[in-house]
Amino acid sequence: MINIESLTFGYKSAPIFEDFSWSVQNGDAWAVLGPSGCGKSTLLALIASLVFPTSGNIRINGERLTRPRPQTGLILQDYGLLPWATVRKNIEVGLELRKFYGADGIHAPKDLSTFGSASSWLNRMGLSSLEDKYPAQLSGGQRQRTAIARTLLLNPDLLLMDEPFSSLDAPTRESLQQLTLEFKEEQVLTLILVTHSIEEAAFLGRKILLLNNPPNTKAVIFDNSMAGAKGYRESDEYQRLCKELRSLL
Amino acid sequence: MVTIRRRDVIFSSIMIIFIWQFAAWLINRPILPSPILVFFVLWRDSINGDLPRHFLISFWRVIAGTLISILTAAPLGLVLGQSKRLNRFFMPIIYLAYPIPKVVFVPIILLFFGIGDTAKIFIIFLILFFQVLVLVRDQAANIRPELIHSVKSLGAGRRALFKYVYLPASLPAILTALRQSVGTAIAVLYIAELFATTEGLGYYIYYSGSTLLDYPAMYAGVIAMSFLGLGMYYSVDRLEKWLCPWQYTA
Repeated sequence: MINIESLTFGYKSAPIFEDFSWSVQNGDAWAVLGPSGCGKSTLLALIASLVFPTSGNIRINGERLTRPRPQTGLILQDYGLLPWATVRKNIEVGLELRKFYGADGIHAPKDLSTFGSASSWLNRMGLSSLEDKYPAQLSGGQRQRTAIARTLLLNPDLLLMDEPFSSLDAPTRESLQQLTLEFKEEQVLTLILVTHSIEEAAFLGRKILLLNNPPNTKAVIFDNSMAGAKGYRESDEYQRLCKELRSLL
Repeated sequence: MVTIRRRDVIFSSIMIIFIWQFAAWLINRPILPSPILVFFVLWRDSINGDLPRHFLISFWRVIAGTLISILTAAPLGLVLGQSKRLNRFFMPIIYLAYPIPKVVFVPIILLFFGIGDTAKIFIIFLILFFQVLVLVRDQAANIRPELIHSVKSLGAGRRALFKYVYLPASLPAILTALRQSVGTAIAVLYIAELFATTEGLGYYIYYSGSTLLDYPAMYAGVIAMSFLGLGMYYSVDRLEKWLCPWQYTA
């Protein structure tokens, strides 16, 4: 689905990626793991077309990226919700934008398919009683549920998540991680999740891309096909993988 | 965010009237008539006299100046806040012009625009313009990149970002600018109405006090002017509650 060919990218100083190639298959669940400053968020921004490569190519389904792709969903750690809009309005803003532009194939996909409705997502995410609240009145977990609902309502085929659960407490984090896996199965998504947490990468990523101090020149990949399975967190394999990843970071 | 409560307004009004009455007794001269006399004149001139006409003309000048400044400065502030390049280019000019007390231009503006309403409205516009511009620009420039990225990823291009992000984000800034400038705008209105006009509260106050030596009428004009200011503060508060309800929840 995603093909990155000899990507070079850097901000003013040294390059973060140099002749970096990586590919993602349809339906994969990837975790991108690395310390802060390694370029993992930059990689996500490149795939989301918020920044563009200095040289090299990024293709999604064969098409070279020149602008944000309407079928790509993006969920960030925080501050992604409109502070002046209620929970319901925040969830509906993607639909509003589609109405604003119409099915032009540029800002919105040509078929304008949705997955469920704003009300069904409010229900599903346990946000129904909060639909008239503003983001500042919500807990971190509720905010992230709102962001997830808003993104998945638009029925994306690719979901990019940048440290989505890092600012949440452990129980909330684990329940949202579980929820993410459910959605991934349900909507046939390709998932790329960026994290600095070894445990999160090992739990969610069926494949793990390890980045280290820039420049990143080669994709270091781990297979983790058991990820997401029931009881995986307690298994020896999971422990072994975490240990191995820790030694490499 | 402090909003004016009716009870507080009444209480402070009573306080002012008491102190005023006391001072009037103490001074015991025509230049400080008692509040009772002044309110009587205010009532009399409002029913039979010219005061309402002067009030409405001043009101129209302030409102017109305010609206024109918002309609020009807010979009410009949004554009400058969005574009680093334009901002770099224009900000030195704006920072040169911003601190100049615009009141010094009153004589020049009168020469340019003549003696009609245009000159008065222009002066008020000039003062509010920079306040709104700078506040809206700062607000637009300080929108978190995470928010922009998220909304872009939902499909927003430049036009939609304007409508769904920059505009609502700058509403509080516009209202803050208004609140900060109402006092100045009315003070400058007074000065502008000293020159080449026979209408407006500024003229009424000056003419009653300096030419007719009718001090009760002069004070009645001052009170009318403070009502104008209070009314504008109050309207801004109401507008803010109505347009920016999210600011009153956290």
